[in-house]
Amino acid sequence: MGTRVFGEPVRRREDARLLTGRGRFLDDLGRDALAAAFVRSPHAHARVLDIDVMDALDVDGLVAVYTSEDLPGGVGEPLPLLIPHPALTHGRTAYPLARGIVRHVGEPVAMVVARDRYLAEDAAERVRVEYETLPAVVGIEAATRAEHLVHDDVPGNVGAVLVQETGDAAAAVDAAPHRLEFRLSIERSASTPLEGRGVYARWDADDGSLRVYTSTQASTGVRAAIAARLGLPNGKVEVIAPDVGGGFGVKIVHPWPEEVLVPWAARLLGREVKWAEDRREHFVSAAHERGQVQDVRVGFDGEGRVLGLDVRIRHDHGAYTPYGIIVPIVTSTQLLGPYRIGAYRAEVTSLYTNTVMVTPYRGAGRPQGVFCMERTMDRIARHLGLDRADVRAANLIQPDEFPYDQGLTFQDGRPLVYDSGDYPELLRRARELVGWDGFEADRAAAASRGRRVGVGIGIYVEGTGVGPYEGGHVEIDTAGRVHVSTGLTSQGQSHETVFAQIAAAELGVPLADVRVTTGDTRRFGYAVGTFASRAAVMSGNAIALACRKVRAKALRIAGEALEADPGDLDIADGVVHVKGDPSASLPLRTVAVLSNPLRYAFDAETAAATQFATGRPVTEPPVAPGDEPGLEGRDYYSPVRSTFAAGAHAAVVEVDPDTAEIAILRYVVVHDCGRLVNPMVVEGQIHGGVAQGVGGALYERMVYDGSGQLLNASFMDFLMPYATEVPRIETDHLETPSPLNPLGVKGAGEAGVIPVSAVIASAVEDAEGIRIDAMPLSPDDLFALRRQVESAGGVASAGMGERGACDLGGGAGGVASAGISERGASDPGGGAGGVASAGISERGASNPGGGAGGVARGAGDLQPRQRVDDNAVAARQRRNRDTSG
Amino acid sequence: MLEEPHDIALTVNGVHRTARAPARRLLSDLLRHDLGLTGTHVGCEHGVCGCCTVLLDGDPVRSCLLFAVTAAGHEVTTVEGLAAPDGTPSPVQRAFRECHGLQCGFCTPGFLCTVTALLRETPRPTEDQVLEGISGNLCRCTGYQNIVKSVRRAAELAAADGAATDEGTA
Repeated sequence: MGTRVFGEPVRRREDARLLTGRGRFLDDLGRDALAAAFVRSPHAHARVLDIDVMDALDVDGLVAVYTSEDLPGGVGEPLPLLIPHPALTHGRTAYPLARGIVRHVGEPVAMVVARDRYLAEDAAERVRVEYETLPAVVGIEAATRAEHLVHDDVPGNVGAVLVQETGDAAAAVDAAPHRLEFRLSIERSASTPLEGRGVYARWDADDGSLRVYTSTQASTGVRAAIAARLGLPNGKVEVIAPDVGGGFGVKIVHPWPEEVLVPWAARLLGREVKWAEDRREHFVSAAHERGQVQDVRVGFDGEGRVLGLDVRIRHDHGAYTPYGIIVPIVTSTQLLGPYRIGAYRAEVTSLYTNTVMVTPYRGAGRPQGVFCMERTMDRIARHLGLDRADVRAANLIQPDEFPYDQGLTFQDGRPLVYDSGDYPELLRRARELVGWDGFEADRAAAASRGRRVGVGIGIYVEGTGVGPYEGGHVEIDTAGRVHVSTGLTSQGQSHETVFAQIAAAELGVPLADVRVTTGDTRRFGYAVGTFASRAAVMSGNAIALACRKVRAKALRIAGEALEADPGDLDIADGVVHVKGDPSASLPLRTVAVLSNPLRYAFDAETAAATQFATGRPVTEPPVAPGDEPGLEGRDYYSPVRSTFAAGAHAAVVEVDPDTAEIAILRYVVVHDCGRLVNPMVVEGQIHGGVAQGVGGALYERMVYDGSGQLLNASFMDFLMPYATEVPRIETDHLETPSPLNPLGVKGAGEAGVIPVSAVIASAVEDAEGIRIDAMPLSPDDLFALRRQVESAGGVASAGMGERGACDLGGGAGGVASAGISERGASDPGGGAGGVASAGISERGASNPGGGAGGVARGAGDLQPRQRVDDNAVAARQRRNRDTSG
Repeated sequence: MLEEPHDIALTVNGVHRTARAPARRLLSDLLRHDLGLTGTHVGCEHGVCGCCTVLLDGDPVRSCLLFAVTAAGHEVTTVEGLAAPDGTPSPVQRAFRECHGLQCGFCTPGFLCTVTALLRETPRPTEDQVLEGISGNLCRCTGYQNIVKSVRRAAELAAADGAATDEGTA
């Protein structure tokens, strides 16, 4: 192979257009399309009594208004339950437009189509909907109490009870020499890509076909859903994911109501129709994630080895379950992380609430699971007076134990068997990189200057590259260009570059000759989608396998032409040549000509393949049996089970002794995703993941009030990190190839985000000596925790009172833990988030009742964003930032 | 009445452009939907994310917070106008590519415009000035580390370009 491209930090192919304004995102298309806008419920739970559209009809430019009564057949039926599971006994999905009842603020009630978006919103505002409000169920505690039901026919608000079990965990805990019991919680956050959702549909009446562009992570799935709902054959529906401005999970859900309604309206009206979501719509009508409460019982020996772990997880899945229970399945399996746990039982109760539904957001349940496991490791260490990293080391699966069977069933329905890894080495490097063993000196030095610092660590395992399959198609044309296509989509992961690197390396062609198309059903019709850090593993390997087919064919055809054994041939720089004899060679473009026996030449080059030009024996058919014309190949990669990437993160934080502000001074990542295709891209994925993790650990939470209004549904109030909030991330890579796939790769997309909350909690706890049970952790939260501890009699100074408070064998709960677990038990979805959200809801004066989206359009509350609280933190981060990076 | 159109004449990327639009039309919508310059993106429509940042008479502004009529008679530069007339990418554009300062690319035009103005004002920014300079733009993909790197690199490239130009004209 000529140029080494696999494993190199090759610059991105995507950038030229994205840097010059030539990217094509959803709302950049369909300039002349009609615009759709939606009337959305302002209530969390209500009966729809009447919808009066008469006023809307006066709006000049209005084309149509639809309510659920207007939707025929499959178009109006409840949306599909995408991932059924035997434990999901009460799965419920929404109607595309509400029929009778609305179950969360933001649920669509009517669709308006008009000449442009301004007019569509004018009309939407004039649609009068009469509601009878019903009691709203908000937060996990309210859902558990079940004084009111989200769905009349779902008793106890329980959608699913899922048990994952290996051994007798309860007995193992009871029999263990040491036991602890505690409660943890994580609040809601969301993917929040900067580009919202959007759909643009064109109906071709002459051809009876539909072309749909949608900002999705699963164009083939959208195609199948639209075809089914609209009664069209798959072949008459093409779905294209154009440039997608971030996904992070939320865009894997499909079909969204709008993905059914916009194409339907386009066909009905015979006009192009487009809907581009606005920011408020995204907050209240897309999806959220994270929200869980976990009750943990753990038993362990004197070395800190876990003998039994029994976890009860209550998961808030919002109003509907179109994506099934994938998030809690992932939490309950990936919770085990890199550890060899004696006996394990997780029981997940998945609960309905009158809030936006919960579907995967980067990490997809893993951050919650890792938070649980890593908090547990820290508790064990404190209890035994052991080093936190040593306790982790004592529990790690060893490199010689792979493949390692955790004895559970993973999200792909396959056994949870880890393929490869070196967890002790990850931990060793993270310790070394962050200066774990010398940290006490750092702490003392900081303390002597009145500063309070702490260090935290966390390890995770991430199942990546789940099946069932992806495919790749590779074609070399007669100009020597290589066209690669795969069905899965891209949202910024650099697939055009990375897949081109794989193809260039496999074929022996210059990178510049390779063009990659993703997420376009016109080019590749079979695919699953982009989620679970699977693109490099699934499509990467499928493309490699397709390239190997094309390569073999090229060598065979060139061998005939060069009268050489294909085994003696190689390809370099797009030219097939005899090994050791560069003069005997044939460019791939010529091989492409020869691969397609022609009757008609269309240029001078292709004349060589016409019937009177080839010297093929006249006794054989021009295309041999079993062969196909063209220098192209298609192949699929379908793994027996997932690959398992892993990593160890560590952080040093500083907390302000007076204001309780939290600053991350250092953040260290040691990462193993098998063989790296492009280290620059992998690092970028890690940086972005950690930044989202920092958001989830310190800033981002969805603040619902008791009536189910999302109080912070804007970027003014939902605090996504800016550059000033994200620390510099120091990375190191370990490469343990996966034995499961030809390229030896594992996924990297989600890794960065997974352990961040656990690591920050660990570090803050270390700095403060106060137990951290709930994330995110704002300065307000930490300040309140300090006061609770103080008012409980200074237990914090006595080493957090963990022994007395939590050891099941040693007395009932002490004062400190009572106060803290009250906080821990606080309803993550409800009550405006408890103490924590005081600061946020103060700022969050955002239009709680204003449905119909688009509050900002025209005028509205347009002050600059205020982040007074964060200035000091940012300043401190900057002081400590390494400027050399 | 809201829809009563106004004639709007302005200069966009050095070209005189005219459009008719109602008073409530946002500058971002005028650029994108009336003039077809879709490189300027809209991420929040309340002035927080910075995706829609363009240069108005050289200063960065949120085009989602300006009515198009108020831009009449002014000069607007969008991402489509950052490269040299011959298509050579600007130092900022080159630096973002070199340093992997973008992933999905949706926030990128806003960053490019912001950073272009920042470096014009402060050609050799300190670390604090870089962070301060981009602290009004959200990116959900990169974690900002490579954007910070890109800004520093852009300053170097711009300085080198300036030096080369100086030599050329000397």
